[in-house]
Amino acid sequence: MNAPLLELRNVSLHFGGLKAISGLSMTVQPGEVLAVIGPNGAGKTSMLNLVTRVFNASGGEMHFKGADLRRVPRHRIAHLGLARTYQNIELFENATVLDNLMLGRQRFDQGRWWQQLLRTPALTRMEEDHRAQVEAVIEFLELSPWRNALIAGLPYGVRKVVELGRALCTQPELLFLDEPASGLNPEETRDLAFWIEDIRADLGITVVMVEHDMSLVNAVADRVICMAQGAVLAEGTVEEVQNHPGVIAAYLGG
Amino acid sequence: MSPELALFAQITMNGIAVGAIYALIALGIVLIYKATEVLNFAHGDILVLGAFIAWALIALMGLPFWAALLIVMALMGAFAYGLDALVIRRIAGQPQFSGVMLTIALAFMIRGLVSMIFGPESQSYRTPWSGQSTQVFGVSFANIELVIMGVVLAITLGLWLFFRNTRLGVAMQASSQNQLAAYLNGVQVKRVNSLVFALGGATAAVAGVFLAPIALVDTALWLVTLKALAAIVLGGFGSIPGAILGGLLIGLIEQYAGVYLPHGFKDIAAYLVLIGVLILRPRGILGEAHGRRV
Repeated sequence: MNAPLLELRNVSLHFGGLKAISGLSMTVQPGEVLAVIGPNGAGKTSMLNLVTRVFNASGGEMHFKGADLRRVPRHRIAHLGLARTYQNIELFENATVLDNLMLGRQRFDQGRWWQQLLRTPALTRMEEDHRAQVEAVIEFLELSPWRNALIAGLPYGVRKVVELGRALCTQPELLFLDEPASGLNPEETRDLAFWIEDIRADLGITVVMVEHDMSLVNAVADRVICMAQGAVLAEGTVEEVQNHPGVIAAYLGG
Repeated sequence: MSPELALFAQITMNGIAVGAIYALIALGIVLIYKATEVLNFAHGDILVLGAFIAWALIALMGLPFWAALLIVMALMGAFAYGLDALVIRRIAGQPQFSGVMLTIALAFMIRGLVSMIFGPESQSYRTPWSGQSTQVFGVSFANIELVIMGVVLAITLGLWLFFRNTRLGVAMQASSQNQLAAYLNGVQVKRVNSLVFALGGATAAVAGVFLAPIALVDTALWLVTLKALAAIVLGGFGSIPGAILGGLLIGLIEQYAGVYLPHGFKDIAAYLVLIGVLILRPRGILGEAHGRRV
């Protein structure tokens, strides 16, 4: 087995007396698609928020490619090669699809400030490179009809795709998807399954997704982790986890 | 040209010059509000502090005007940066009213500090254009007013280029729309917000340095905060073009009221407009749709 891309060891997150996550240990292997399932309140989104530094962990260790994530400031997460989407969609609402995707390029070289102000030829070339990357993502996710539309006027399903696109524009090594299928119709969910396959196979990006839709999990996940009460309850293949007695009990409240 | 028309042209010019300064102040307040959701009531007092420092540099130390302007811009930029980084940032996430209370308190403290350091008297200083005027079609315009218009126009254009073209300008727009998303695309949101305050402080300094020669260097200059607020509401709350338009209109209305209306109207004209707009068209001239997302 390779060295894990991401490793969490005994991580905890407390809000006062409330333990959202306690003693969570898990690893993500390079190149896999890992699905994280679990009943509401199991701490799935909290786990993503810890790893992407939205919250500060109360204890434990988190390492991404050897970097100690607990010591990385929030704005450096993108630079490390971590990207994510949100359950409630966090886009720049008063900007166009293209602007949102171009924001994903913010972490890359943008030239010197005076070049930017004067738009020198060297800078224009640099921007054309960024634009080419963004256009590749637009083509991949079939977003071209909405390229210049404002986010505020877009349907929910399209916004989810734009957010996925923006995450891809940061060229991550590890992509977190927080309930990517929620609110999508079956057709959109099928598209999403193909895209996740391609993201892994063609772009070489490792994917961790928090998801309730078991059809999507079945279709794309190599491995499943079931969380309950802030820790890992079971892990293995989709079938193993689905037939785990503890998992059934956690969902049914047994 | 008939004397009435000449008078009208002159008043219009005065109005545009004063209005340009109001616009610059309103612009600073709106920039900070959009980026950080803090309505900075201390903005006018940063302006006052800047004007007094400019007076000290020019009248007491004999520095040239442009040198004093640049020094005061840098100082007030740094001061506003520090104000955010050390004080205002602490209330991020609190209800908006906390920001209002905090910045009003800061305003009083800065005003007190100015009185303590520079004394309570009004002061004045000379500019390279003091007492000079230009004749156009038989109407004479004060040169300082022409310079003010030029400077405000240049700053507005510079800011427009900055926000449109530079990485930092784009990062400022991004974090003003969605801080969480900005963070995870690699924007250093806290630092960017403090830099917006610095930008606001520097524009307040310019406004102060150019307002002082046509008013007086006095702590009462802080009242321009209220004029700027009237301008912001008139133009449409949260709109940058609206702030500029509103500033110009308030400047004009004030000057016209001073000449064509009975004595006393000049001082309250801005507030009458404010009340009128709030009653008749609360979203202002260029205002965005109201109501906050929940």
